[in-house]
Amino acid sequence: MNNNRKTLDQMMTLRTRRMLIAYAFLFIPVLFYLGVRIVPAIQALSMSFTHEGSSVFTLDHYKMLLQDEVFWISVKNTILYVVIVVPLQMLLGLLIALGIERVNRFKWFYRIVFFLPYMTSIVAISWVWRLIYEPNTGLLNKVLDWLNLPVQGWLTHPDTALISVSIVIIWQMMGFCMLIFTAGLQVIPRQLYEAAEIDGAGRWKRFWMVTFPLLNPTIVFLAIIGVIQTLQTFTQIANLTGGATGGGLGGPLHSTSSVVVYMYNQGFRDYNLHFAAASTVFLFILILIVTLIQFRVLNKSYKL
Amino acid sequence: MKRVKWLLMGVLASMLVLTACGGANDTQGDPDKTTITYWQYTYPSKVEEIEKIIKDFEDENPDIEVIAQDYPYDQYQQKIFAAKKAGKGPDVFNIYFGWVPEYVNREYIQPIREEFMTEQEIRDYYVDFVEPNKVDGKYYTLPIAVRSLALFWNKDMFEEAGLDPEQPPKTWDDVIEYGKKMTKLNDDGRYEQEGYGWNVAGQGLHMFQQVMLRQFGVEPYSEDGTKVQFNSKPEGYDAFEYWVNMNQKHKIGDPDFGNSYNEAFISGKAGMIVDGSFRIGDVQSGADFEWGVTTLPVLEEGGLESNYASYWTNAIASGVEGEKLEASEKFLEYLIQADVQKSWMENVGELPAAKEVVAEKSIKEDPVYGAFVRGLEHAHATFFVKEDKEREIITNKVNEIRLNGKAIDEAFDEMVKELQQVRDEYFDEVSK
Repeated sequence: MNNNRKTLDQMMTLRTRRMLIAYAFLFIPVLFYLGVRIVPAIQALSMSFTHEGSSVFTLDHYKMLLQDEVFWISVKNTILYVVIVVPLQMLLGLLIALGIERVNRFKWFYRIVFFLPYMTSIVAISWVWRLIYEPNTGLLNKVLDWLNLPVQGWLTHPDTALISVSIVIIWQMMGFCMLIFTAGLQVIPRQLYEAAEIDGAGRWKRFWMVTFPLLNPTIVFLAIIGVIQTLQTFTQIANLTGGATGGGLGGPLHSTSSVVVYMYNQGFRDYNLHFAAASTVFLFILILIVTLIQFRVLNKSYKL
Repeated sequence: MKRVKWLLMGVLASMLVLTACGGANDTQGDPDKTTITYWQYTYPSKVEEIEKIIKDFEDENPDIEVIAQDYPYDQYQQKIFAAKKAGKGPDVFNIYFGWVPEYVNREYIQPIREEFMTEQEIRDYYVDFVEPNKVDGKYYTLPIAVRSLALFWNKDMFEEAGLDPEQPPKTWDDVIEYGKKMTKLNDDGRYEQEGYGWNVAGQGLHMFQQVMLRQFGVEPYSEDGTKVQFNSKPEGYDAFEYWVNMNQKHKIGDPDFGNSYNEAFISGKAGMIVDGSFRIGDVQSGADFEWGVTTLPVLEEGGLESNYASYWTNAIASGVEGEKLEASEKFLEYLIQADVQKSWMENVGELPAAKEVVAEKSIKEDPVYGAFVRGLEHAHATFFVKEDKEREIITNKVNEIRLNGKAIDEAFDEMVKELQQVRDEYFDEVSK
């Protein structure tokens, strides 16, 4: 009995000791996370319900937000970005991944080529594309001109600006999608393909019956990450549209402004931090809803 | 167990060190000295010049230590804003004059004390347009230097187009005529070269307000700054149409060409631009062609001359008091003296702001700076209430004409209405 007790004590100390060590290591990251993420997030929430310098509860910011035309343009644009960017970057990523799988030599070379844009700084890429898009002297219009096709205003015209920004985001993100798809493709057991082949399935059928269903976890992952990233797009828009031509970010005439850009303009150009906080709360709710829907819809077949 | 204890203690100790670092900033430096901080945005020649000035100042005032800090322009206001929110920030800081009303409104800066410099002394010392710096009848800031606009022209491009390279345009009609000669358009209307670096968001909107409108006989704002009067007379519409048509009808330049009007000029792709004296340095180092600077054109020869003046100015933060306030005032006094202004012009490229310095003959007849200094005589500064917002409104309205084909008059009326709204909101808030 006595002996047993001692072992229990020893075990407890061992467990406690382990736990204490774990907590000690976790302490600073948790503190850091609380300090730079959770506390400011809660603060932003409370800020959105008050006016500067007072603590009286108010819904004024939300009322103003709902009445602001530019805000709704930004919401519409944000949804457009998601609808355009996410499916296309995944589709192109998958096509490239499948293509590279078929290549026998220099696979690594092609992977690097397509992955490079993702590794490069977004700011640098945006500025290079800005020069490519330049309507008067840019490369793209020169090529169009050479092919006798009508030249475009690209970033300088409200009709084409959003598409132009989307192209840059897709171009950069498809390399990332490719890499994740490649990883997904490689874990699919070869036997399944062989079995399908014996059963007489053609190439197309093999893709739809074997590859696609087994890639589902990868697709879910990329869709969720893609949507969240696109909903938060800022750097590309800021660097492609800010500065010389239109003055502010998200131009011309707000045609490329997203909710985050709107929030930035309100918070850090007009210094209405409390009002800007209201738009972040809106964005938070938007991302939350979209992610929950995605989990439900996309995960269904994955679970089966 | 012992090891765990040590580990936890280590964590606690590092926490203490971390928190201690936060407080340590306030007490650094020599305890016998009064330390003040000076903030400015990162403009290399200004940063260098301020360093030199501070060194001289500290030699003369061994009991004061000035710590200068600078931040990139894009983040500068955010830094001030964040610091003020946290109840910290500099003692003296350099701000754009257009921000003054808002900073007063937010209680970021304090008025210049009568004991330091009376209103009369400030008025006597500075060139006249420093007046818009006054908010609620008080002066809040003191500038070292000012900037005005002038017309830069590319002599090589003039020659190439068959124009006399030594005869810059005198009237705006000349600008259009010469501009057309130098502009090269593609078949599909794209620019290969522009005659005049027409723009809105650069200096264009200021030039329209303070030069074009005035030359057409319209006072842009009411005297107290509460009313936007652009369209108060039919001549206002004429002025706006004239200005916009340089781009729309005459096609002598476009804001989307060559990234920006000044870059287009420096790369030899724009024949003329209107810009501030602060651009001289860039042009001197970047342009590989012959160029000249002249005073701004007028509507008709012998007609009204006008110019737009702007400046960065120095304010003492609100809440600075006692020894720090005295030290800050001493530093300001040192900053604005005549000698500093002269070396500022040579090294930074901004014009002196003091009447006595501007009046000096050598400065007025300087081959490069002369055009700007002469422009100062007819210069007006705009009383902005929210500089960023006002700029955005004008840019967007002109873009609606350029890109969406909105009627010029309609866009103009909407622009005035929106600008007025910003003003109304500001004055409403102030009167509370």
